[in-house]
Amino acid sequence: MTTEALAGLVFVPLVAGMVAMLLPARAAGVLVIAALALVPVLLWPVTLAVWHGGPVLVELGGFGPPLGIVWRADPLALSMLWFTALVALLVSLHALAGFRPETAEGRRFWPQWPILIAAINALYLSADLFNLYVTLELVTLGAVVLISVGSKSVAMIAAMRYLLLALMASLFYLLATALIYGQTGTLDLYLAGERLQDGTLAAAALMLMITGLLLKSAIFPLHMWLPAAHGNAPWSVSAILSALVVKASLYIVLRVWFWTAVGIDTQMAATFLGVLGAIAILYGSLAALVQERLKMLIAYSTVAQLGYVMLLFPLASTAAFRGVTMHLVAHGFAKAAMFLAAANILRALGHDRLRRMTGIDQKLPIDLAAFALAGVSIMGLPPSGGFLGKWLLLEAAWARSGWGWMAVIVLGSLIAAAYVFRVAALSMFGSGRAGRVEVPRTLASMTALALALVAIALGFAAAPFFALIDRGLPPGMLP
Amino acid sequence: MSSLAVYVVAAAAVFGVGVYGLIVADHVLRKLLALNMMGSAVFVLMVAVSGSAQGRPDPVAQALVLTGIVIAVAATAFALALLVRIHHDTGRVTLSERGDDDD
Repeated sequence: MTTEALAGLVFVPLVAGMVAMLLPARAAGVLVIAALALVPVLLWPVTLAVWHGGPVLVELGGFGPPLGIVWRADPLALSMLWFTALVALLVSLHALAGFRPETAEGRRFWPQWPILIAAINALYLSADLFNLYVTLELVTLGAVVLISVGSKSVAMIAAMRYLLLALMASLFYLLATALIYGQTGTLDLYLAGERLQDGTLAAAALMLMITGLLLKSAIFPLHMWLPAAHGNAPWSVSAILSALVVKASLYIVLRVWFWTAVGIDTQMAATFLGVLGAIAILYGSLAALVQERLKMLIAYSTVAQLGYVMLLFPLASTAAFRGVTMHLVAHGFAKAAMFLAAANILRALGHDRLRRMTGIDQKLPIDLAAFALAGVSIMGLPPSGGFLGKWLLLEAAWARSGWGWMAVIVLGSLIAAAYVFRVAALSMFGSGRAGRVEVPRTLASMTALALALVAIALGFAAAPFFALIDRGLPPGMLP
Repeated sequence: MSSLAVYVVAAAAVFGVGVYGLIVADHVLRKLLALNMMGSAVFVLMVAVSGSAQGRPDPVAQALVLTGIVIAVAATAFALALLVRIHHDTGRVTLSERGDDDD
């Protein structure tokens, strides 16, 4: 039963995408939403099995390693799968409300979008280095296709730049995979971890792999492609990129670092990655503060928020791991809400310039409320999921007397509060009146609000989430 | 120099040339060629490293390289299609800097 359910997580969206190619846009949209609604139903038995019996392993086609491919559903993978499924469903409703079926965008979006979800789901389930490469490449191509469904040439050029960098990053990852396979004779994440000997070769392979993945996850200083790509993507696509796609490569970083590189001395590298994260938090937040366009502001906020994940490497404790997983999920919901609200505001005003949106608090109250509520989670105010994530990171830093890390976490939250309040203030009290306002469809506004509310509600539903995460902590974590 | 070392050095050299080309080239087509060179270098390394381990060819590595080639072909085809779109819309074949704030 769980085997079929796991296979369904990938094949249901995949088949929906294929069939959607043959249908007119409106029918394709309905079909895709039905298929994505099926994903949580399939996740439920898998979750029960993992909750009671530990990680579920599936040898595809009955072939085990080294020739076959193994899927592995453990608590970390499951939490990412659940988060992807819920965000995908709400974003699809938003897309249905906004992509006009008669346009080229409307036709191109629906077949591509569930295929991206199939690729992301397959990535979270993969347990070997090469399968991760294949799915990572699929996720990249799927994301680039979605950026280029529109007709703006700015988006097209941003998509091309992203594609070239992402392909280079994949080759770095593949080169590292070749080195690790050469030394260990296996591609299995866990077996390779046991056989990998500490030395120059392992260190070089790990460095190449992490560099490639950080480039894909837009971690400072490899973030330069993200704001243009995420800030110029059409309609709901920015939300998909910022909430879901960058998380996929970060997930592989966590997997490789805490499950495969267990026998390698990574202390100095961990501190280095933590420092990069700290710079990302401060730089990204400050850059967000001075942006002129709402979508660019949100994109820079993503650069900053991804930095928090990097703090896990130097802190490396149970509290930090819980905090980072909660942060990943809460940020995903909140950031999707922000981008959807921004898409609605952009559509209503015809632009997203911050200095010309005064008065939208009257005309687009739900969208502004969604943005502000998501902002509560992004800046880490209680009782949101974002607060819990940052609080646990603070706790982990406190336990290690990491005063520097603590200062960065607090400062990042303060600057985040500044850029969220700046948007709110400019839309209520600024001098640049918004001109013509076309009120968006209620469904479009409601999906943004729902995502923001989930980000807040995570703060209340944290107990089962942490209970699940605690069943699959990486080996060798400090308490 | 052993035969393995020849392959490894060649792979490293080709990979390096590819990275250089990707960064320095202006024309997107050249960048794509550079990416494909990097890919070929990795494939050579994969076959060479795994083939020497047991003294006979390793089928896993060959399967991986085959899959890798398929992915490289698909990615290149998509990138070329995107390039044609960009050229059609803007008349340009480079990604030179321009303001990213026109609506």
